[in-house]
Amino acid sequence: MRLTSPSFPRNARKALGDDNLKSAMRKLAEGFPVARLAAIAELPEFEALRDRGREIKDHVLANLDLYLERFERTCVERGGHVHWARTAEEARGIVLDICRRVGAKTVTKGKTMIGEEIGLNKFLEAHGVLPIETDLGEYIVQLADEPPSHIIAPAIHKTKEQVADLFLEHHRQYGKTAKLSDGADMVHEAREILRPKFLAADVGVTGANFLIAETGSTVIVTNEGNGDLTQMLPRVHVVMASLEKVVPTLEDASTILRLLARSATGQEMSVYTTFSTGPRRPGDLDGPEEFHVVLLDGGRSAVLGTEFGDMLRCIRCGACMNHCPVYNAVGGHAYGWVYPGPIGSVLTPALQGIAATRHLPNASTFCGKCESVCPMRIPLPRLLRQWREKAFEADLPSLSERFGLGLWAFFAKRPWLYRLATRLAVAVLGALGRKSGRVASLPFASAWTDARDMPAPEGRSFHALWKERRG
Amino acid sequence: MNAPVEPRLRVGFFVTCLVDLFRPSVGFAAIKLLEDAGCQVEVPAGQTCCGQPAYNSGDKAAAKALAKQTIAMFEVYDRVVAPSGSCGGMIKTHYPELLADEPEWSTRARRLADKAHELVSFLVDVLGVERVAAAFPGKVTYHDSCSGLRELGVKSQPRKLLGTVDGLDLLELKNAETCCGFGGTFCVKYGEISAEIVGKKTADIVATGAGTLLAGDLGCLLNMAGKLSREGAPVRVRHVAEVLAGMADGPAIGEPREPER
Repeated sequence: MRLTSPSFPRNARKALGDDNLKSAMRKLAEGFPVARLAAIAELPEFEALRDRGREIKDHVLANLDLYLERFERTCVERGGHVHWARTAEEARGIVLDICRRVGAKTVTKGKTMIGEEIGLNKFLEAHGVLPIETDLGEYIVQLADEPPSHIIAPAIHKTKEQVADLFLEHHRQYGKTAKLSDGADMVHEAREILRPKFLAADVGVTGANFLIAETGSTVIVTNEGNGDLTQMLPRVHVVMASLEKVVPTLEDASTILRLLARSATGQEMSVYTTFSTGPRRPGDLDGPEEFHVVLLDGGRSAVLGTEFGDMLRCIRCGACMNHCPVYNAVGGHAYGWVYPGPIGSVLTPALQGIAATRHLPNASTFCGKCESVCPMRIPLPRLLRQWREKAFEADLPSLSERFGLGLWAFFAKRPWLYRLATRLAVAVLGALGRKSGRVASLPFASAWTDARDMPAPEGRSFHALWKERRG
Repeated sequence: MNAPVEPRLRVGFFVTCLVDLFRPSVGFAAIKLLEDAGCQVEVPAGQTCCGQPAYNSGDKAAAKALAKQTIAMFEVYDRVVAPSGSCGGMIKTHYPELLADEPEWSTRARRLADKAHELVSFLVDVLGVERVAAAFPGKVTYHDSCSGLRELGVKSQPRKLLGTVDGLDLLELKNAETCCGFGGTFCVKYGEISAEIVGKKTADIVATGAGTLLAGDLGCLLNMAGKLSREGAPVRVRHVAEVLAGMADGPAIGEPREPER
């Protein structure tokens, strides 16, 4: 996927001017976070589960080679194929090879963020294989030719009205000429159109929420059942997963599953939790003839064992973005790559380099809400700050920013000079706002004063007054 | 026979740069509260800034220099108290992280962190203050500033003391724990996003119907006061210490000091 993170400020400005986005994001704020609170209120051991989840993942990351090899072994023992991909390019090639070998014309797809990360859809299309998204949100953004804006709710940025317009435009070819207004009718129409595509597909591609080393199984959670149709109906099932998705046992997956949906949507469990272990066995009533797992590194192994390693505990629930004031203000597209919000702002620099993505870790108020809701207790503000340090070390902040910071630090390190400078600043600002109590426009602080007044100082600095009164 | 008088706690008061610059009255209110609670308060004259702007901008060297300067200045006191969860959190939780790779300073940082506090939680949790002698008739609402709330656990303490202010009617703010969009340097680096976030906050504030907004951090207060004033909203804004100290009769944040003619 094309990286537009370098123009984050421009992306954000555009997003802030989009009224449809605003109304869609308001719904997000009133939805998932509220449901999450209600769900965890009913689970007294939720905090203890978070600790357990963190332990499981930390243990896996410390022994990743062991568990990946065990997963490969058990998966192959059950008739599956495991493909190792160092890069996005290798992963795309592996999927295309499978498609070509079986002569695939169409591929149905369940939700896979790895698929997004490697730009699978465009690549398959360019090579004559038609990918069809079957998750409703993914289907919508595919029609709109947009990337997803949220990792579990890809079309969260769209209003119902916009979806109705998209359906009208794209479903005309199927003889659907009425503009719909009811959500259930839209779901019904999409289902009607997708059903024959499920049946006709040659290959089904899904993601994976977990890989289970003990059994060689892959696990997906969905709410629409589309994942099951995607992986059960075609002859070939291809699972896309990144390395850190592996957990040791079924028991571990169960523990983390108790955290996942509650943190994500506020559900106790997603509607479907599907375990896939190898291809169809003799006597099985259904299932694919071939079962492939593509394991993508994509830069993750370089993060392992570094001061950024904690980000690999992420289970992609989306809680950090649901609760982030910045994400809620600008939506997911502004971040400019696959993973938005706080986790995206630590992951994207790791996978795409900090030079092109330096805005992302800076675009946070450090309010700490993300860390407080992360089921895996990822210290997101600390990781964001570490990226800021890397960016500063590499001289990436703008000249004016570095100059301002340097000037301020110069004074702050020299108390008496600082006292003099602040006295002056207070006097000037205080005089500007003496009559009204506020300053409506400041030449060097328009980022502040464009949208709000600058309250004027009281007129004397605390230290000057203190010296007079008590000194 | 009388019990021996406990020696008074010697408190080094960390003014914070924003209080120094914008609102000295918050400093005087805080000191009154500390003295009323029996502390001996001193204000080291050489203090400047805790270093958080540098720390959060990735400039570790400048942040370390300022942290060391602050540690050296305040470690002589029994306690260090700041009228801010943000600066308090910097000293209490971030100094030890920042200096973790320098053995001597890391020890000194941890020692200072152990005795560093945000003002209102210090009054309630450490000094055991149960009530204040102040009156503030009217409806107020309260915003939980992020650092105080999530780094230092400041939540119940201000509400407890506000509950003892004569005539004060506290109306809880919807989304009180959601960031106001200040974020230190964030508000100027990404001014438009910050403005969008504070706009949601002021809508919630106005919806409470309260005439006064209180919080424990001047950065957030300047941000919210500036937005409320730009919107012409009839809400006055003050630091919680002003109300608790009974020193809330002067102009509120962003109000004229002289009547307009």
